[in-house]
Amino acid sequence: MNLYQDIKATAQAYWITLRNMFRKPVTIQYPEQKRVPFERYRARIVLTRDPDGGERCVACYLCSAACPVDCISMQAAEAEDGRRYATWFRINFTRCIFCGMCTEACPTRAIQMTADYEICRRDPLTLVYEKEDLLIDGPGKEPDYNFYRHAGIGVVNPRGQGEEERPPADVRSLLP
Amino acid sequence: MPEWLVTTILILVKLGFVFFLLLTGAAYMVLAERKLLGRMQLRYGPNRVGPFGLLQPLADAVKLVTKEDFIPSQADKFLFFIAPGIAAVTALLTFAVVPFGPPIRLFGREVPLVICDLNIGVLYFLGLSSLAVYGVTLGGWASNSKYALLGSIRALSQLISYELSMGLAIVPVVLMARSFSLTNIVNAQAGLPFAILNPPAFLIFLVSVLAESKRIPFDLPEAENEIVAGFHTEYSGMRFGLFFVGEYINVIILSSMVTVLFLGGWHGPLLPGIVWFFLKVGFISFLFIWTRGTLPRLRYDQLMHFGWKILVPLALVNVIVTGAILLLLNPAKG
Repeated sequence: MNLYQDIKATAQAYWITLRNMFRKPVTIQYPEQKRVPFERYRARIVLTRDPDGGERCVACYLCSAACPVDCISMQAAEAEDGRRYATWFRINFTRCIFCGMCTEACPTRAIQMTADYEICRRDPLTLVYEKEDLLIDGPGKEPDYNFYRHAGIGVVNPRGQGEEERPPADVRSLLP
Repeated sequence: MPEWLVTTILILVKLGFVFFLLLTGAAYMVLAERKLLGRMQLRYGPNRVGPFGLLQPLADAVKLVTKEDFIPSQADKFLFFIAPGIAAVTALLTFAVVPFGPPIRLFGREVPLVICDLNIGVLYFLGLSSLAVYGVTLGGWASNSKYALLGSIRALSQLISYELSMGLAIVPVVLMARSFSLTNIVNAQAGLPFAILNPPAFLIFLVSVLAESKRIPFDLPEAENEIVAGFHTEYSGMRFGLFFVGEYINVIILSSMVTVLFLGGWHGPLLPGIVWFFLKVGFISFLFIWTRGTLPRLRYDQLMHFGWKILVPLALVNVIVTGAILLLLNPAKG
């Protein structure tokens, strides 16, 4: 019967709200309780160093190009030994949407995302991070990776003596 | 001390008590509602201001008072100013006839715990609840805003419709108690409350009262997702606060009317009368909040259909049946 169904449904609705009143709220009370983010949570961006302590970033502009909101900017330069670096490197976190495109684009694993989600300030200008704010001491994810050991451009090791490298072929020896 | 001075002081003390109780009651009703709704939705509700959020009403009041008092251009200023007052004052005035406890003895005289025991208390209540419609209607009308006008039109027709079934649900109570005075009605329920003697009237009254309070599921006058905030769309600061306080005082008043008319007022075992009264009022107020947490809003045609085609005929039949039964039970008095 329709009326019976209606009354039953209403009573059930009241019962559910009454029952919920005595259940524990699911709220995480933020400043006191903090949520533990997932392993691959994407939040504040850092610049990592290679295991030898050098900067990983080679200022290739790939992150900046990949960034959908254009929040990364830098200026490239080259050191005496042929090592490329960024003279300045700037991420504007007021714009960053934490999409992770920069980390995907980075060929040297320099730019990485951390789980630190607590970045809110009263003054938005303090959210513009310079290179010294971004650089961390450790290698982050992939702790053993050093780009220059694999690149074969003779910065860490002389040319041809890299880890997966054979000595350069003497072209003349290949002549018939 | 002269007799008249004692009387005046007693009346003033009672007035102050009721005034204080109603206003703090309304303020804490807001907190209780937010807390309970929160718990029903698995949240905590306000818990930052003071221990357990108990100072939240104070913070809300400070915020409301310090807000800008905005008047829309081309609003009817006079009506715009007095409308929230009407809403709050009519709500406050209604409590004058509500007996909230059995008479007590003070200074060797009988003091009834009611500000004014009118012999037409029921009619006074109905009259004031009709007047309260003006606050809402004029507020919406004077705002010079489409949403506010829509809200006030809705409020007008809804309140008039449900006042009818509310009045008709009171008639059996008056028939059974043989009095319009609320004190006499409570005394008539010393044995069994009218909610048990006449459950249809109780249910009709409860639903009509929900509609009278303009709250979910009958909150069409201020349906947020259709007409912004209905009749108080254009109100800000303490003027909005008056509407808000009026609404919650109204909830308390209507709860106490349900208590007085159907739940036997202060009558109850063991505990003193005044405790029973406030327990019952608290329970009905909780029912209001519980309903708000449970039911969705009605559609407008459903509201009108329910009021005019179901509640009013039911109430009319109930009046006739109750009258017939009373006549059969004691034909001498009838």
